[in-house]
Amino acid sequence: MNKRLLFFTAALYLGGVLAPPLACVMAQPQVAPEGKAQSGKKKQTNASNSQQEQNEGQRIFEQNCSRCHNAPEGFSPNISGTIVRHMRVRASLSKHDEEELLRFFNP
Amino acid sequence: MIVMILGGCSWCVAQDTPLLSGGVGFQTNTNGGNTTYTPIIEPLLAAPIGNHLLIESRAALLESFSPNTNGQSGYSHSHFIGLTYLEGDYIATPHITVVGGSYLLPFGTYNERLSPIWISNFFNGPLSLPIGLMSTGTGVGGMLRGSAISRRKYSVDYATWFSASSSNEQFQAERSVGLRTDLYMPENRLEIGFSFDRLLQGTHESFYEGHVWWEPKETAFRLRSEFDSGAHANGYWIEADYRTQHFGGLNSWIGRFEPVFRMNQTFRLDTVASDGVPLVNTQRPDFGLDYNLPHNVRILTSYSRQFSSAGNVNIWQTGIVYRFLFPTWKGKL
Repeated sequence: MNKRLLFFTAALYLGGVLAPPLACVMAQPQVAPEGKAQSGKKKQTNASNSQQEQNEGQRIFEQNCSRCHNAPEGFSPNISGTIVRHMRVRASLSKHDEEELLRFFNP
Repeated sequence: MIVMILGGCSWCVAQDTPLLSGGVGFQTNTNGGNTTYTPIIEPLLAAPIGNHLLIESRAALLESFSPNTNGQSGYSHSHFIGLTYLEGDYIATPHITVVGGSYLLPFGTYNERLSPIWISNFFNGPLSLPIGLMSTGTGVGGMLRGSAISRRKYSVDYATWFSASSSNEQFQAERSVGLRTDLYMPENRLEIGFSFDRLLQGTHESFYEGHVWWEPKETAFRLRSEFDSGAHANGYWIEADYRTQHFGGLNSWIGRFEPVFRMNQTFRLDTVASDGVPLVNTQRPDFGLDYNLPHNVRILTSYSRQFSSAGNVNIWQTGIVYRFLFPTWKGKL
């Protein structure tokens, strides 16, 4: 039992559908989460509210997505809503997180 | 359902085009001198319907080649094609999502969050992975999950499920019930979680899991740890990975290197059950070096040394994975 406790403590602390869509995808504009995250601070043309919303989405993106995976380099804006809904379910994100992420991907 | 998805887009708006994602990879695995070569495709389909429903499914298609033994030339091969899961997610309220169908058991962290080949840092899973996953890692039935509390400084999420017994070829599952809950503190990037599940067929048994994940702010360092306990075996794994930002950022040629280390250990309590955990106490350090190429391509390499009274072995793994993500059709904005 002591052994189990020791290792528990140690653990705690040390703690064929592919081809058809390709053509149309290649021609589409891409959302680049990482790029957006970097360029968000530079853009000051929007109103301050819009900037705050963008920053909120960026914060949620940075705090949640990298917990499990690297961000994809880019994706079509057509699927940003699907991605966010998928991640809302998989990562148990809140409704607020979902809305802010959607704004972040589609400023 | 597929016909419905492909047949029309009247319900499809703006950013809600169904997507096809997943990974294509090729890996080699040399275990104790025996090498296998495995090309693999893991496609994932996610299709939203209306404002509340999402249909999603993942499949695995792989072929495994290994040299013939007993002095014969040539290779023998075997293949596997199967659905990993097929589920419908209905977002009922801001705090409750109802999941039905065949789903990945959310016991622990690896099965649901790290098992896709385009996410995991190693091709093989931790030694203690089978604990609590009811042989198949999937359940057939229903699950309630969602965000219980979400604040700026902390959030709590949960998942609770019931699975029926299923012997269907594509959707095998054992009768079980379980729950998982996580506390996440985003400012500290610290996650602490707990899982419990119970097998409700044959000899009823309970399984427990605790995990701590930490990703220090403004670093590309991740520390993940998990402890699993079952009636016949216990185990833990601790994984750390790092990418440096000090030589031109993450996307510089140096920043794309990702050294990874994982320590696995399992403790066998008895040999009554054949649960997928090694039959004797086993330790295995995994040393990995991954390289994140542009265009969502990743090279994974690792060396592991497995120690046990059954014999010590070296395990070498190399491979490449491409992660794809695109709409199933062009859609309209």
